[in-house]
Amino acid sequence: MAQHKVNYLQDGGAPIVLTTVDKIVNFGRSNSLWPMTYGLACCAIEMMASGASRYDFDRFGTIFRASPRQSDVIIVAGTLTKKHAEFMRRLYDQMPDPKWVISMGSCANTGGMFNTYATVQGVDRIIPVDIYLPGCAPRPETLQYALMQLQQKIRRNPASMRQKAKRLV
Amino acid sequence: MRQYTPKNDIQKKSYHTDRFYVAPTLAKEPVSNDSTFASDLSSLSNVVEVKDAYIQAGHLVIYINKEDNVSAIKHLKEIRAYNYMMELSAIDYIATQGGFEIFYEMLSMSKHKRLRVKCFVAKDDAIASVEPLFRMADWSEREMFDMYGVTVKNHPYMKRLLMPDDWQGHPLLKTYPLIGDEAAQWYEVDKIFGKEARDVIGPELRDAAQVDRYDTQRFARLGHEVPKGTDITNGNEPDTPIRYQEEGGVKLFGKTLVTPFDEIETKQLKERK
Amino acid sequence: MQQINRLKPFFENISFDRDDNTMVVNFGPQHPSAHGQLRLILELQGEEITKAHPDVGYLHRGMEKMGENMIYNEFLPTTDRMDYIAATSNNYGYALAVEKLIGVEAPRRAEVIRTMLLELNRIISHLFWLATHALDVGAMSVFLYAFREREFAMDLMEDYCGARLTHSAVRIGGVPLDLPDDWIYNLEKFIVTLTEQLEVYEGLLNQNRIWKMRLENVGIISPEMARQWGLTGPSLRASGIKWDLRKEMPYGLYPELDFDIPTSDKCDSYGRYLCHMAEMRESMKILKQLVPMYNDSDTQLMAHSPQYISCTKEEMMTQNYSLMQHFVLVTQGMRPPVGEVYVATESPKGELGFYINSDGSPYPYKLKLRAPSFWHTGILQDILPGHQLADVVTIIGNLNIVFGEIDR
Repeated sequence: MAQHKVNYLQDGGAPIVLTTVDKIVNFGRSNSLWPMTYGLACCAIEMMASGASRYDFDRFGTIFRASPRQSDVIIVAGTLTKKHAEFMRRLYDQMPDPKWVISMGSCANTGGMFNTYATVQGVDRIIPVDIYLPGCAPRPETLQYALMQLQQKIRRNPASMRQKAKRLV
Repeated sequence: MRQYTPKNDIQKKSYHTDRFYVAPTLAKEPVSNDSTFASDLSSLSNVVEVKDAYIQAGHLVIYINKEDNVSAIKHLKEIRAYNYMMELSAIDYIATQGGFEIFYEMLSMSKHKRLRVKCFVAKDDAIASVEPLFRMADWSEREMFDMYGVTVKNHPYMKRLLMPDDWQGHPLLKTYPLIGDEAAQWYEVDKIFGKEARDVIGPELRDAAQVDRYDTQRFARLGHEVPKGTDITNGNEPDTPIRYQEEGGVKLFGKTLVTPFDEIETKQLKERK
Repeated sequence: MQQINRLKPFFENISFDRDDNTMVVNFGPQHPSAHGQLRLILELQGEEITKAHPDVGYLHRGMEKMGENMIYNEFLPTTDRMDYIAATSNNYGYALAVEKLIGVEAPRRAEVIRTMLLELNRIISHLFWLATHALDVGAMSVFLYAFREREFAMDLMEDYCGARLTHSAVRIGGVPLDLPDDWIYNLEKFIVTLTEQLEVYEGLLNQNRIWKMRLENVGIISPEMARQWGLTGPSLRASGIKWDLRKEMPYGLYPELDFDIPTSDKCDSYGRYLCHMAEMRESMKILKQLVPMYNDSDTQLMAHSPQYISCTKEEMMTQNYSLMQHFVLVTQGMRPPVGEVYVATESPKGELGFYINSDGSPYPYKLKLRAPSFWHTGILQDILPGHQLADVVTIIGNLNIVFGEIDR
């Protein structure tokens, strides 16, 4: 993980009042999150298994979209290597606002067991992450719990078009 | 005084060295023990100079000069029926012998035998490519160049394969650290944000054993999750139970949009389906 | 504020000859055909491909260098992440290589359990191959059906070793755990279910006009090209060459087992598909033969070689010297003899080889992982020209490549 020196609670923390419009918009956003298929390594197999028959992902309203221009969430599943880091940043920039990031698995959180020259030590060195999901590989139920936590997070925040900056990067 | 650490081999070494321990060697049998290998070796030694040969772990191991590698492998492929090359790579002996040992692992399908051809290449020397004989050497030699820096002559496309094209250094050398040198550690930050962002993003955290009990930037205790960066010293740590949905659901105009998780009404399967 | 980054649009620095009407398309490192991070730079003339340049290395994690800095036992979970679809086959190959180096043989029951896990992993891998290949070609329901069967097989693996995907179920010298009580009953139930379901999949796909049109005469690999590129596994057997390491250079329990090697003379994608489906049936046959062998075997699970392998937990907790030796083996690592070995096993993808060069210290001097998918991706630059753009996805899916192995 990165060690940015940023005060995250600078603006006083979470907002207090959510209007009805906010609630409707957030309800819509949280119950139809469209992830981008960003399976890089072994966690991709668990992501596919969570989208398959037994642990159905479609019941959350998620449809896996291939293109970044049509997706809300990017689930980084697998090891990010330095060769790939540039492309990951490009794809993240191509996603339209509002967007969220779930970092799935140890390799995406902190570089995992690969403490080597070619691995990015945590995907949050490159893109801001909302939910970190531990495991190697995390079970499909864990991924679904992470998605539910993301839904709760979306519902807590106001639905204004301009998202509050999460961090400097 | 601190212990002298040699700089030409910085990989991890065993901390405890047993002074009187002599490592046994895996048995090296003479080639005459196996008739197929003996005939292969005698036929090969008519074509190239064989510096050493023995049988180890079921493989015939042959040492030749680096100038003869193409002719030796051609002879083995066409005349002695070793029609498959499984693997080709280099071993870094720069610290002890000043060069690399390139090995070619071959298989004969008709005779069900494996053999290994080895040759020594000095550090700044080049070796001829075997790609005209086996197409698989196209990628294997590129990987060898990428990882070790061994120059290969007459290769159709000698470019880095596994590392990015503008990577500095050859990773599998013994002098290259496992976590990477400075160019490696800042590669992605320099590429995407530029050198100015090095201070903003900070160095990588490579110490896996560093644990700080009150650190909420990098860790969170399960059940006590707080927003990233809060201060939890002096007993400020709240208790956050695991909740799948908001307590009481999400209400809009009096109607419940999201029903809460009801522990009594849920159905548990007795047998896995 | 959001940091502005320095990435600008760029153009490839690979120069293809530009005639009229050719277009360079980047089949980027992220694409939805779920095979991992392959970047193919294709030069197209209309819809037909004239040149293809595969670019790998987007999952290179430095496993070989890790191997030089870790003791032998510590490296075993890393081999899991190579072919992450059938993880036990990598573990087994590595354990077999180290056992050959130190000269130890695993006991009978351990070999039976290992072979059962290997064949189960072969079924898991082929089901995954079928699911993703069918999904890419367009048959999406086969994806859901095959993943359902795969879940049952992964339940079996989870009952045994606790993990669904990255197993580490095998240790150097044997296996750490015995089978749970009702594992064999569940395995037999699974075999019955899978036999029925394989009939369903073959009924859906074998004589399907669309499937045949997409797969026949696509990706033809002649036997000579297969030999040149070092192809192994089902891709080689579908080119007419009958070569399977389990029969030709057997290891473990395979000399005692009775099974066939399916081959096909077609050399195209349809032949590879038929080989994979037939191999699943052969694996089930092997599993049925292994069940009585398990019941007849003695209960020892790890080899007895105190110099290299720790003892069982019961001995360790009661005897002093066993505990001390275990401590030394775990902290310092075992010191194998000086020498080099290369051991190859038949993984679901092909011939998976481990080359270990030891200099007597607890850390290997050189560890090379010979992954079959590495050259299966290299061959793309030779066979893709001449095909249509839609065939690229079929061929990549059909060759059964997994990027953990290629890039290591």
